Amino acid sequence: MSSPTRPPNSPLQAAGLGVRYDRRSVIDDLDLAVPPGSFTVIIGPNACGKSTLLRALAGLLPAASGTVLLDGRDIASYPAKDTARRLGLLPQSAVSPEGITVAELVARGRYAHQRLLRQWSVADEAAVTDALRLTDVADLATRRVDELSGGQRQRVWIAMVLAQQTPLILLDEPTTYLDIAHQIEVLNLLHDLNGQGRTVVAVLHDLNHAARYASNIIAMQDGRIVAEGPPATTITAELVAEVFGLANVVISDPLTGTPLVVPADTRRPHPVAAGN
Amino acid sequence: MSTAALDVGRRRIVVGIRGLTVVVGLRSALVGSVMLLVTVLLALLALALGDFPLTPAEVVGVVTGRVDGLPRIVVLEWRLPRAVAAVLFGAALAVAGAIFQTITRNPLASPDIIGLANGSFTGMLIALLVLGGSWPLLTAGSLIGGLAAAVLIYLLAYRGGLHGFRFIVVGIAISAMLASVNTWMLLRAELETALFASAWGAGTLNSVTAATAVPAGLCILLLLALVPLVTPAVRQLDLGDDAASATGVAVGRTRLAAVALAVCLVSVVTAVAGPIAFVALAAPQITRRLTGTPGIPFVTTGIVGGALLLGSDLIAQHVIPLTVPVGVVTVVLGGSYLVWLLIHESRRRA
Repeated sequence: MSSPTRPPNSPLQAAGLGVRYDRRSVIDDLDLAVPPGSFTVIIGPNACGKSTLLRALAGLLPAASGTVLLDGRDIASYPAKDTARRLGLLPQSAVSPEGITVAELVARGRYAHQRLLRQWSVADEAAVTDALRLTDVADLATRRVDELSGGQRQRVWIAMVLAQQTPLILLDEPTTYLDIAHQIEVLNLLHDLNGQGRTVVAVLHDLNHAARYASNIIAMQDGRIVAEGPPATTITAELVAEVFGLANVVISDPLTGTPLVVPADTRRPHPVAAGN
Repeated sequence: MSTAALDVGRRRIVVGIRGLTVVVGLRSALVGSVMLLVTVLLALLALALGDFPLTPAEVVGVVTGRVDGLPRIVVLEWRLPRAVAAVLFGAALAVAGAIFQTITRNPLASPDIIGLANGSFTGMLIALLVLGGSWPLLTAGSLIGGLAAAVLIYLLAYRGGLHGFRFIVVGIAISAMLASVNTWMLLRAELETALFASAWGAGTLNSVTAATAVPAGLCILLLLALVPLVTPAVRQLDLGDDAASATGVAVGRTRLAAVALAVCLVSVVTAVAGPIAFVALAAPQITRRLTGTPGIPFVTTGIVGGALLLGSDLIAQHVIPLTVPVGVVTVVLGGSYLVWLLIHESRRRA
């Protein structure tokens, strides 16, 4: 398969990637290059393989065929700690151990930088302090994670990934289960982190958030990439209709000028009840 | 030694020289020290009590080499092997339980519940009834039985990875099946053999001598020395498999190494003393409640386990009028604890 022109210095690429889940092929022959320094957002309907793709890109799922290239080398060839010093991931399934404090959880992100007999260093201390500050949870450092609100907890988890100090950060639906204000708060945080030079790849459900925050969109359907590029050219009424099966119009966001997806009014009129 | 500058909401000490550092939780260290003291006091009792009672002063005299003669034989040859075995076996079972509970993230995952003990007993019974076992043969049978049960559970529960809950459910099923196999074998055995096997099957330190305690103790010390090698990675599994993997843990390999260590620890104990129930289940959870740590601290758990089994053995030998196997005491203690745990957990989930 002839691959289209790719940024040669992409930190994370997939070449002919196939992924299986319980013997079922979820992704087949997929090519992808995350542009360096981008805020890449993966969108698509439920069960289209977004999370599977993200987990495969992070090296959590083995490639059944093809490869994932991290900094130009097969991700499967790195020792686990090497991968974790280059790429951080916030999975959907993370559990906070009962009674753990914020700073303790964030410090868990330092695992890849620690050794058996170097369990805490000046660098660890600095990384944790920075991560707490960047995510604005320094005041909560000594609090127990299970006492926090959903939005605070999500910022703490992002702090843990930041403490890992990787140039590349992957997040699987980081805004799910948060109210709208906390969703925006988390997205603004990701925007800031991206502005500081980190490459961010996130799976998001909300198309309008994706359109506003992403510099690069990857739209998926049935395990394939159907559109790729900046939001202005990828998020179109045709694409949304095709990928999500949703009649819609796309207008310009009055505040940012980015695409804004408005579902068509497909309500059926109420029957006029007799005697009413 | 210094207290870390970053306040993590829990007192901890970073012990280190020349860039080599180890982090110790202050409360875990305190609990561990207190339990060590308790263990020493219990050990003094264990060395003093019996058909030939000694005063604590005599025991200390023997230990420090100032008293000779009969007391010396009683303490060093009769009672010391059993007391040391109780401490080491308790520690081994507790650490094995802590490993299982951590990697499955489930407080019910204990080697005695998921069938390792019954597997050891099956192996021992086969060695005894079919091969007419001597001690080395029984030990080997028990070791092989425990390991085989572990491999069987691992294979049946494995589906593209090992999932805690499936591991436990499969383990309970295997445990039940092996228990009926064991009963069947006991029913077919001759009375005397069956009695001997039954006593062993309850878990007892009655037959522990220096000859069995020394090799088993050395094995346990060696295995316990290997545990810190996997501890940081195992600890990271608390975050869930994906998060652990994303932070740099080779999850599959870590879990396999940890399970192998835990299975060996349990099998060594079972081979000598039979399946002593509930220490592996209860000690890690008791410790976690005492230390208030987010995970189970392995070292402190080992100390608590040692104190628990030594204390239970004292009760079995001296408090209950007739001498019962220590396994009976731990079952009663641990069983009450398990009931409490189940009620507590179900209330919390409700």
